[in-house]
Amino acid sequence: MAKKDRMSGNEAVAYAMKQIDPDVMGAFPITPSTEIPQYFAKYIADGKVHTEFVAVESEHSAMSTCIGAEAAGARAITATSSAGLAYMYELLYVASSSRLPVVMAVVNRALTGPININNDHSDSMGCRDAGWIQIYAENNQEVYDNYIQAMPIAEHCRLPIMICQDGFITSHAVENIELLDDASVKDFVGEYDPEHYLLNEEEIYSVGPYGVSPYYMEIKKAQAEAMKSAPARIKEVGEAFGQMSGRGYGMLEEYRMDDAAYAVVLIGSSAGTGKAAVDMLRADGMAAGLIKVRVFRPFPAEELAIALAGTKAVAVMDKAESFSGQGGPLFAETRSALYEAEDRPYMMNYVYGLGGRDVTIETFDEVFEDLQEVAATGDTGDGYRHIGVREA
Amino acid sequence: MKKQGNTVEIRWHGRGGQGAKTACLLLADVAFSSGKQVQGFPEYGPERMGAPITAYNRISDDKNSVHSNIYHPDYVVVVDETLLHTVDVTSGLSEDGAIIVNSTREPAEVRELLGGYKGKVCTVDAEKISVETLGKNFPNTPMLAAAVKVSNVVENHKFLHDMESSFKHKFASKPYVIDGNMKALRMSMDQVKVG
Repeated sequence: MAKKDRMSGNEAVAYAMKQIDPDVMGAFPITPSTEIPQYFAKYIADGKVHTEFVAVESEHSAMSTCIGAEAAGARAITATSSAGLAYMYELLYVASSSRLPVVMAVVNRALTGPININNDHSDSMGCRDAGWIQIYAENNQEVYDNYIQAMPIAEHCRLPIMICQDGFITSHAVENIELLDDASVKDFVGEYDPEHYLLNEEEIYSVGPYGVSPYYMEIKKAQAEAMKSAPARIKEVGEAFGQMSGRGYGMLEEYRMDDAAYAVVLIGSSAGTGKAAVDMLRADGMAAGLIKVRVFRPFPAEELAIALAGTKAVAVMDKAESFSGQGGPLFAETRSALYEAEDRPYMMNYVYGLGGRDVTIETFDEVFEDLQEVAATGDTGDGYRHIGVREA
Repeated sequence: MKKQGNTVEIRWHGRGGQGAKTACLLLADVAFSSGKQVQGFPEYGPERMGAPITAYNRISDDKNSVHSNIYHPDYVVVVDETLLHTVDVTSGLSEDGAIIVNSTREPAEVRELLGGYKGKVCTVDAEKISVETLGKNFPNTPMLAAAVKVSNVVENHKFLHDMESSFKHKFASKPYVIDGNMKALRMSMDQVKVG
């Protein structure tokens, strides 16, 4: 029986972890993800879970702990943010190339410079090419639901996975949520039964050896192939989750896109604000729509091209700079996804919400107004813009 | 400023350590208990004890998907009166709404500090109530009650009932503080002055 409750995004993740009861957690505190290991440690202290908690001295060691535990054949989890994620950087590649399905809760926070604790996506976007699956959430319900889907996806694909949510905006906000009962979660996630693992005395096995040139590219290609086949599993798990909970998930969510002429494409909590803007613009007669990219790695290029077919003008909104001089990471990938499409829409990029800069319904009104103008005049001007920036 | 449906939006101003964030989360709790869709969230920055902090509530019958701060609230609650001099507490506040200030003063006197705000100005001496009922200055409990009374965002009877259950749970190990807290809520609801 599902239970109606209210809790913060961090509590929701810790609660999902409790329901799953994984073998090992290695974690080091960093704002705004600190509450996750904090709540979870209480579950351990109260005897609610049987997890071995390894209190490490850094995130580098937290990820190393997860790698060691997963290699041994255990389910291992961690949680981090911002500079903590950056400190794991080297190990992220070790986990993915060793094909270890570590599950990491990422509470997105600006990757410092200047120092800032608030939300944007620069931390996880910075490691988008590390070979991890990345799933993002709009609200507390989604981050809870995504977390429960993480192991069935990652363990099947043999790829590590990041379950991301927006720091403070969802991690520290109390909202309504519907929780599944423990038995349903346990049943859905199932037991972890790795094919190869170090503690298997029947099989001599080694993890993480030197990759000599004659083998290295084959290993990388195998990782790439695993990522290419991951969408099928992500969709399969999302559908099964929907059958259980009534909340199904795919690679992306289309909101009022059926006859949309103008659309925004974005990731995370601001999608909820964007949906409210779309509803109001629709009420005023504008054919507005929104696409929320749920899975950024692997990138849903095909789905995006289909969903955006028929639109006149599209704004891709990035909550991270990539300093490419021509737009953020979501923009680059979305534009590339539409390269082969016929009747391509005009496409704009808006970098927004960096370091916690607030994003309101009016921000979206401004974007949609621009899109109408671009479609009418055929002139995108400088298509790479920063929105919500104070004038000098 | 646009908002979704029939949402009631509340902004809290306090100083770090006074419990404005806790009161905001408690309001989300009690509104949830009465079947509402809720949001309760603080605005975080480089806070420390005594620095001004802001927290927000959205309360509605239907799901609210907006994840921005609140700039045009229906109600503002000021837990620390000294903030009236440093923070523009009525910024964007609806004139059909109200501001509720922790103060020993009459609403008319406080109104003079509010730069021409035309809506309701309410005051309650949360410090006095807290000291009388709890023996210490915890202004957030009386301020929560005054906010509920003035905004009527949760039915008052239901509010008191839910708070009692919540205190019984929260203070299971020190039941002697439950009565004091309940008394603080009731006194505040009786004594809040609407001007």
